[in-house]
Amino acid sequence: MKIYIRSTGNVSPQNTFGHPAFPAEPVEHFGNRLKCVEPDYKTFIDVKLIRRMSRIIKMGVAAAMECLQEAGVAVPDAIVTGTAYGCLDDTGIFLTKMVEQQEELLAPTAFIQSTHNTVGAQIALMLRCNGYNNVFVHRGFSFESALLDAMMLLKEGEVNNVLVGGVDETTNTSHAILSRFGLYKKQPVSNLNLFSEASKGTIAGEGAAFFLLANEASHNDYAQIDALTTFYKPANIKETAEQVSAFLAAQSLSPAAIDLIITGRNGDTTGDKVYRQLEQSVFNNIASVNYKNLCGEYPTAVAFAVWMAANIVKSGKVPAGLGFDGDKEKQIKKILIYNHSQNIHHSLLLISAC
Amino acid sequence: MNAPVFIAGVGAISAIGNNVGECLAALEQEQAGMGEMMYLQSVHGKTLPVAEVKLNNEKLAQLLGLPAVISRTAMLSMMAAKEALHNAAIPGLTSLRTGFISANTVGGMDRTEKFFAEFLLDNKKGKLRDVLHHECGYITELVADYLGIRNYVSTISTACSSSANSIFYGARLIRNDILDVVVAGGTDALTKFTLNGFNTLMILDQEFCKPFDENRKGLNLGEGAGYVVLVSERVAATLQHAPACKLAGYCNANDAYHQTASSPDGTGSYLAMKGALERSGLEITDIDYINLHGTGTQNNDIAEGTAIKRLFGPLYPKMSSTKSYTGHTLGASGGLEAVFSALSIRERMIFPNLRLQTPMKDFPFIPETTLIKNVHVNNVLSNSFGFGGNCSSLIFSKT
Repeated sequence: MKIYIRSTGNVSPQNTFGHPAFPAEPVEHFGNRLKCVEPDYKTFIDVKLIRRMSRIIKMGVAAAMECLQEAGVAVPDAIVTGTAYGCLDDTGIFLTKMVEQQEELLAPTAFIQSTHNTVGAQIALMLRCNGYNNVFVHRGFSFESALLDAMMLLKEGEVNNVLVGGVDETTNTSHAILSRFGLYKKQPVSNLNLFSEASKGTIAGEGAAFFLLANEASHNDYAQIDALTTFYKPANIKETAEQVSAFLAAQSLSPAAIDLIITGRNGDTTGDKVYRQLEQSVFNNIASVNYKNLCGEYPTAVAFAVWMAANIVKSGKVPAGLGFDGDKEKQIKKILIYNHSQNIHHSLLLISAC
Repeated sequence: MNAPVFIAGVGAISAIGNNVGECLAALEQEQAGMGEMMYLQSVHGKTLPVAEVKLNNEKLAQLLGLPAVISRTAMLSMMAAKEALHNAAIPGLTSLRTGFISANTVGGMDRTEKFFAEFLLDNKKGKLRDVLHHECGYITELVADYLGIRNYVSTISTACSSSANSIFYGARLIRNDILDVVVAGGTDALTKFTLNGFNTLMILDQEFCKPFDENRKGLNLGEGAGYVVLVSERVAATLQHAPACKLAGYCNANDAYHQTASSPDGTGSYLAMKGALERSGLEITDIDYINLHGTGTQNNDIAEGTAIKRLFGPLYPKMSSTKSYTGHTLGASGGLEAVFSALSIRERMIFPNLRLQTPMKDFPFIPETTLIKNVHVNNVLSNSFGFGGNCSSLIFSKT
């Protein structure tokens, strides 16, 4: 059975929202934190609702609404969301008030909107969608689990389409805490030069990307999702390479059949070593591009990579501005997305032209 | 896709017992687990009863052979998941594709709360080890690593229906031939965050909760963890003791009415129960027992009861809310109640709904108020409904 990406909606640190094709000029950010370019929400969400919604809810709802509008689908059969951190801002607000006011006279709003299923629930509520609704909250596997759930729902014949997305925000608090863990670069950089300097740490990112997956082709699909797998805490690079080979073998593919690899490089010298090592073995001689210079590092960043892959196979070309140094004339029909998050969560996704 | 998925083992820890045997004994002896706060430190300690697991963190860590610095949520999970795997006793487990699908609602919030008090005064302060396990998924990984499960690990968080969803996601991973064995369920420790959150919603009863009573005043929060070990038919055939039950039906629907309140007609609850019945191929008269979501709030019990009336009326099965024993354990409730449903089938018992004095006047049915023993329990429907309209129902059937 084939699974089609019928439409997309993407709020990211790039001008991806409301653009049918890949934006020509990447947005440059300085520092170590990329913030989303936020759309005018009024076109998608009732003004009264906007006032009550936190930033992540607005981003998620807007991306979902744009995705559904593009597909011309009013209500999807199912909604599956991946978010590692959930609604951090509201969580922080409620925690702060609870500490400062010593558990007295607290207001419920921040608590209500702090639950991890808020974005998925708000989308269902706005659409009056009574269908299947699930939320995965597993760190660097959050989006991949949501995607697997969506793909299984389609294969089980339960539904004809599924709205699936990955949503995570960076807040001042989360950035301050994660900085203390040493996740981000100490010196400010331009995201466009992320890979030109060898240093520890990456740049924080965020985003909300949704996709309408369907079990039947339309005449205007972006791409097909052929396969997805994840693996957890590989013991060493040998096991990682074996997992990649096994994944390709299960699809009866040789590495040479892959036109392009989208890697999850994030500029951190330690983490990026994994990609370098694979490029010397299983990924040898396959053209590649990166994406975290555009969206930053966050647990559901693979959703941005899927959006990018979908757009590339739709046009057949890698857009200028991605630093692609392979054969620019070659039609790109098959893309392998390979991502790892802290060498703990690894995922492989195969996307091909319809 | 429709191959049966069997329950090979169960594990539980809650306010009524530190393992399945203790929980079963308390269910039979009608001993509820609520009381005055012993371990959670809160200004509401004297006014809001809670259903705490009767072990402090040091004791839990000692039982698990771990340092007492990790989240209570993870430790409760380890206790129950380890028991479930031990109970399943699957031969040659290491050669099978095994997954751990857990659920929780606030991850390592119990530690984050400690961190945050210091962090707010100075953002360079607060021990990082206290916030390291904040993420829901991190709790699951601590447990997966403890159990040595590596083939597939994931976490679901759909508020109070979280672990019902993790159980049937696990079953689908087996049906889709991605895994052979899945330890699935959920965990949640009591935290100040959730206690105060529910308190702002004014749905906490200051006395012991009275689910499905006309004069119910709200829920009591509880804590715990509950897991089932799901196995494929092929694995089930290798077990020394044939599994007592299987997961026969499941369904997830959304109420799409309000972020925290259920619709008056219980649309989501109705759709979840109806969908689970349809998948199981059973008739309403085949259901012997409904383990109710039954939180004890005005809103939940009227919505759930209305949905039951619409689906089952006038042929009502026996029913009860075991939250009258354990309190509402949030992300753990679907897992714990799955274990209780399996026990009901295995032990041929229907557990009573405690403290029910005045039945709800809107309904022609009354939940069971005394223990029923030596009864045929072939099919149990277990309900889990939550914030965000997330409603899920599971059906367990005798094999």
